[in-house]
Amino acid sequence: MTVTKRLLPVVLALFSVAALDACRRAAPEPVVPAVDTAAERMAREAEAERERQRLAAEAAAARQRAIDDSLARVRAAEDAARRDSEMLRGTLTTGINFDLDRSDLRDDARAALDAKIPILLANTNVTVRVSGHADERGSSEYNLALGQRRAATAKRYLVERGVAESRVETTSFGEERPVCTESNEMCWSQNRRDEFEITAGGPMLMRPRN
Amino acid sequence: MMTFATMGRLALASALLSVAVPAQDSTSRGVRIGLNYDPGSKPGIIVLPPVAWANGDSVRRILERDLDFSDRFNVISLPPPDASTVAAASGALNYPVFAKTGAVALVHVAPTARGVHVVLHDVAKAAVAREEDFSLPATVGRDWRHAVHGIADAIEQWITGTRGISQTRVAFIRSNVVRLIDSDGHGEEALPMVGAAVSPAWHPNGGTIAYNTFGTESRIVLHDLRTGRNREFPAQRNSMYLTPMFAPDGRSLVYAISTENGADLYQMSFDAEAFPRRVTVGRGSINVGASFSPDGNRMVFTSDRTGTAQVYIMDADGTNADIFTAFDFGDQNYRADPDWSPDGRQVTFQSRIDNRFQVFTMSLRDRQPKQLTSEGQNEEPSWAPDGRHLVFASTRSGTRQLWILDTESGRLRQLTHAGGSRLPAWSPRLAK
Repeated sequence: MTVTKRLLPVVLALFSVAALDACRRAAPEPVVPAVDTAAERMAREAEAERERQRLAAEAAAARQRAIDDSLARVRAAEDAARRDSEMLRGTLTTGINFDLDRSDLRDDARAALDAKIPILLANTNVTVRVSGHADERGSSEYNLALGQRRAATAKRYLVERGVAESRVETTSFGEERPVCTESNEMCWSQNRRDEFEITAGGPMLMRPRN
Repeated sequence: MMTFATMGRLALASALLSVAVPAQDSTSRGVRIGLNYDPGSKPGIIVLPPVAWANGDSVRRILERDLDFSDRFNVISLPPPDASTVAAASGALNYPVFAKTGAVALVHVAPTARGVHVVLHDVAKAAVAREEDFSLPATVGRDWRHAVHGIADAIEQWITGTRGISQTRVAFIRSNVVRLIDSDGHGEEALPMVGAAVSPAWHPNGGTIAYNTFGTESRIVLHDLRTGRNREFPAQRNSMYLTPMFAPDGRSLVYAISTENGADLYQMSFDAEAFPRRVTVGRGSINVGASFSPDGNRMVFTSDRTGTAQVYIMDADGTNADIFTAFDFGDQNYRADPDWSPDGRQVTFQSRIDNRFQVFTMSLRDRQPKQLTSEGQNEEPSWAPDGRHLVFASTRSGTRQLWILDTESGRLRQLTHAGGSRLPAWSPRLAK
């Protein structure tokens, strides 16, 4: 279809050249009747008008295509940024876990914190809250303080690596808010945790520059 | 009436102990009467309303239960027809009939215009030992029950020399709400909360409850039970207030400030607008849950300064801190939540045995630990004002409930009947 449409003006142009040749050759011939000439002119003008309209429509369609294309590119870029942001948010809010009665960082906890640091450094308006939690096996009063110490351990790790102290708030829920309520090690190990929450500046996170 | 606890051996051990050791409550306080009260035994006692009267049966039931819960008497219940026929005999009591039941004391309650007239009979001597009028509120309700508990506590004092503890309440936590329950399990109510609460504590005058909230809105709340008003002390950012505890004179509060650099105990005076005084210097360790000696000169508290949580003892100004519960060399056990007994002689606390907490007591004199529980998990013990009963949270029934233990006989009773009840604090005596 498009091929036909695009070739059509060329074909028509060839036809009109042929017609002109015919006219030139026919010049010495007797003048054709005026009525016929007028009718032909009207037909030619109508044809030209249709042609102008067709070309205008084509130009408009091309413009629209260009607009659509650039909008789609912008949208794709936005989607990618949003996906990025959500991925970064996921990395920032990933929790870490602790061993029984301990508040020092395990290797997996360090890795999880290391992943947060470049994001925090690239998004300086982001503030976070670290909430420490404990399992049910300690004294619940002591565990509130233990949770605070667990939150503080994570905060200290971030601050020592360049995150401004004021951007990290700490608090504790002790054993008062378990994520798992059965009395076994599977549950307890999940409950001994720090949770990370973005408290400000989080709607659109920028990917850190490499 | 009550089953003896599952802790037969402990009960026996403590029964033997109570014979061997001078009993705690043999000191003569208040009025002593002619009845010979031997703290090592449980004298039989009968409670009678001689004739039927409105609320008479309720009064008798409450008095019987209070005297039974005191664990100092063997309450003998006569079936109602016998009770009335025996007692009705021309106004005079047929003492030999009561003596045959094993009773040495008989409480005789009669209605008056403003309350009741209570007569305590010495059955062996066939004589009145003491009598007194008590006023009761006109309508039966919480205040009325409270007043009847006061009668039971007075009767106990007439016989044993020590006032009873039925006119007390226990503050505790369920679903992070502070609740109060009468010592006999009646009248449970929730206090209006300003946040998720833990660690309730009584002012020594019984009129105020302190507790703390946690999370980002941590604060100490002093709730006045008479006016319902709160005084709040919000904690600073990145810190929390924990474990408020009144000094025995009621003029200051000791509590922990939990920060990013450990938790330390502080003391805030109510007398002056002074800055809180720091009591412990933990250098990053956790120091929480203080409990005063009755004279206010020392305190016990939970500290992990040597690694795991242990109970420590120190002078009230923070000097001379020393581990209190290191009774096994190299033992890495976990001990916490101490409460100093009102008679000053011992401290109760929880200790982790095979991954479960159990309630212990340890005397100040010989520092010999005594395990009081073994069934389920048992935590957060709090002394009754008699220095003999403990209330604690236990999972022995399948859900977390408050239970009361008589440390002398080993007898147990369940105080609450809704799961998730914990962190109990026994009130002082609440006599008006």
